[in-house]
Amino acid sequence: METKDRLKIPRQKMPEQTPEQRIHNFREVPLGYTPELAQKEATRCLQCKKPTCIDGCPVEVDIPGFLKLIEQGEFVAAAKKLKETNSLPAVCGRVCPQEEQCEKTCILSKKFTPCAIGNLERFAADYEREKGDVEIPEILKSTGKKVAVVGSGPAGLTVAGDLIKMGHEVTVFELLHKAGGVLVYGIPEFRLPKVIVEAEVDYLVKMGVKVKTSWPVGTIQTVDELFQEGYHAVFLGTGAGLPNFMGIPGENLNGIYSANEYLTRSNLMKAYSFPEADTPISSGKNVAVLGGGNTAMDSVRTALRLGAENAMIVYRRSSAEMPAREGEIHHAQEEGIQFHFLTTPIRFLGNSDGWVTEMECLKMKLGEPDKSGRRRPIPIEGSNFKMKVDTVMVAIGNSSHPLVPQTTPGLELNKWGNIIADPETGQTSRKGVFAGGDIVTGGATVILAAGAGKKAARAIHAYLKTL
Amino acid sequence: MNRIVKKEKLAPQINLIKLEVPEITRKAQPGQFVILRIHEDGERIPMSIADLEPETGLLTIIFQEVGKSTVQLGKFKAGDGLCDVVGPLGKPTHIEQFGKCVCVGGGIGIAPIHPIAKALKKAGNEVISIIGARTKELLIMEEEMKKTSDEFVVCTDDGSYGFNGFVTQPLSQMLKDGKQLNFCMVIGPVPMMKAACMVTQPYEIKTMVSLNPIMIDGTGMCGVCRVTVGGKTKFACVDGPDFDGHQVDFDELSRRLSMYVKQEKISLEKYLSLTGK
Repeated sequence: METKDRLKIPRQKMPEQTPEQRIHNFREVPLGYTPELAQKEATRCLQCKKPTCIDGCPVEVDIPGFLKLIEQGEFVAAAKKLKETNSLPAVCGRVCPQEEQCEKTCILSKKFTPCAIGNLERFAADYEREKGDVEIPEILKSTGKKVAVVGSGPAGLTVAGDLIKMGHEVTVFELLHKAGGVLVYGIPEFRLPKVIVEAEVDYLVKMGVKVKTSWPVGTIQTVDELFQEGYHAVFLGTGAGLPNFMGIPGENLNGIYSANEYLTRSNLMKAYSFPEADTPISSGKNVAVLGGGNTAMDSVRTALRLGAENAMIVYRRSSAEMPAREGEIHHAQEEGIQFHFLTTPIRFLGNSDGWVTEMECLKMKLGEPDKSGRRRPIPIEGSNFKMKVDTVMVAIGNSSHPLVPQTTPGLELNKWGNIIADPETGQTSRKGVFAGGDIVTGGATVILAAGAGKKAARAIHAYLKTL
Repeated sequence: MNRIVKKEKLAPQINLIKLEVPEITRKAQPGQFVILRIHEDGERIPMSIADLEPETGLLTIIFQEVGKSTVQLGKFKAGDGLCDVVGPLGKPTHIEQFGKCVCVGGGIGIAPIHPIAKALKKAGNEVISIIGARTKELLIMEEEMKKTSDEFVVCTDDGSYGFNGFVTQPLSQMLKDGKQLNFCMVIGPVPMMKAACMVTQPYEIKTMVSLNPIMIDGTGMCGVCRVTVGGKTKFACVDGPDFDGHQVDFDELSRRLSMYVKQEKISLEKYLSLTGK
């Protein structure tokens, strides 16, 4: 097809559940491309000689390569092409901020709308999985080297997938009862169905990765004990698991959750199906979520599905500064989420039973940009007002998970408790110990963690060769 | 995996289970806890460790049937396996040679205080134990506690056995009599821990309590177990479960423990109606 004809095709929208339908269920919102839609969309790719889209991908996916295969109807081959560099395509196709990455650097985005790379990645991975016979790639001859991967989130799973293909023996240790890290406890079913995470983990297991759940490295076995047991290298991908709170009066009243708790109850423990599942969750009527990131959006949309009458985002800056993905904000708006911008709570008030009933807030105005480049919110004196709430989620970020850093002598940390690691290799201050993902960077995205895992896998492979 | 090798009914609604979890048993120390799940859709249940046998790999838990999950666990028999057991979690109790120590255990709280009393004794301390229950029938681990104590007092609220009254009364009497105590460990229901701390506070005796707030992951990730200690928020799962009892906000802890009372009732009723009781 001629370039001018390709340019005439509009970006294909992915069908989704209507807002009226989806606020009553936990099923995924976008429904996926049909093969026809996918081929049409893939045809929009101009197959650039020097593709700029790849520059925007932390895991270096051969984007024009897999798009070409989709255009030709070779869907399984497209999935295989993706998996050459990305162990988690069905996950990344859904939760990567493509608009900030590959789609931002897509040549089409200069004059037109970019090719829907994320949607197509999802399509190819789903097609292969739903077809049922996911093929196992070639595994190189055993090197006899053993690697321990601590944490089964996106960083750990990526390291495991890459190293097993290179012929190393890999065991993943997870402290929760289910593998997947933030993909299972943090991201809701309506954004990332858990069967997909299970399938990605199964794929690793089929390649030979051992997965040990309910295994808290740090207490049941320290990093030093892993070496003593014969592991040649250790990768730490233990994430940013410790929730931050506001530190304001009344925060320990009943009905006030960390977003982590609320989401873990709903996602990992399936509290949305209580009493079918044993773990309860409070389904409030007036629910306020503090924060403006993706976790805040996930929390408020979960509360809506659990029956909230007023599901509200309370954010101290304005809509322009919200760190959440545009698509998520858009979905939240469609579903009727209320946004209170330039607002910050200063204390919570409760009833005699200790339940939160009100939240006293201040209005804010925006000042000069701060270190993050976003305009700093400044409280407006005397602007106090009260909001009626019965459930509050605090979604203002997480700190590093303390279990492994606390029990690994000689592991250097920065002042926030994050592990100090070389950004190109993941090498830490300890020989044979590598780290990547949120435990190094602080709370970031799935794909940045996967990218760090990719680099660390390469460095671990090189390190193992020196032994 | 996670096999139950022994199950014993100690008292009405109070059960002892010995679990075969050698890796956890090898590493666990007094004061730590485990979290278990009994089936795939089950909740994560934090359980104090009542005894550790590193040679055989057996870990003992003692629990009271109060809600759906514990009632269901009460039906498990020797030979059954649990869905998962994770641990050891939390910080171990700080053990050193204090001198004269008193271990105050109430109700089901006698179970976790037992390994701590043993460890204190082993570290060269003189151990006085005061244990109590509502009534004689509900008193557990009397023999075990007696064995590890230099001085031993047993109380029942209704006077059916031993001293007629609360555990705080003999404790208070000892202090009034001028007994020099160097360390006090208290585990039991929240009102009892609060009362015992009020008794030792005027005498400035270092008093530690082991707290049992609601938990999910038990590793610092959810924050539901937050407690106020000395005006600061702490996570019982990773900062505790032991805290300076004179600094703990027990009233807040009580309120937070009641957060899901309604749902707990729904869950139990549903279970009982399904199992025909």
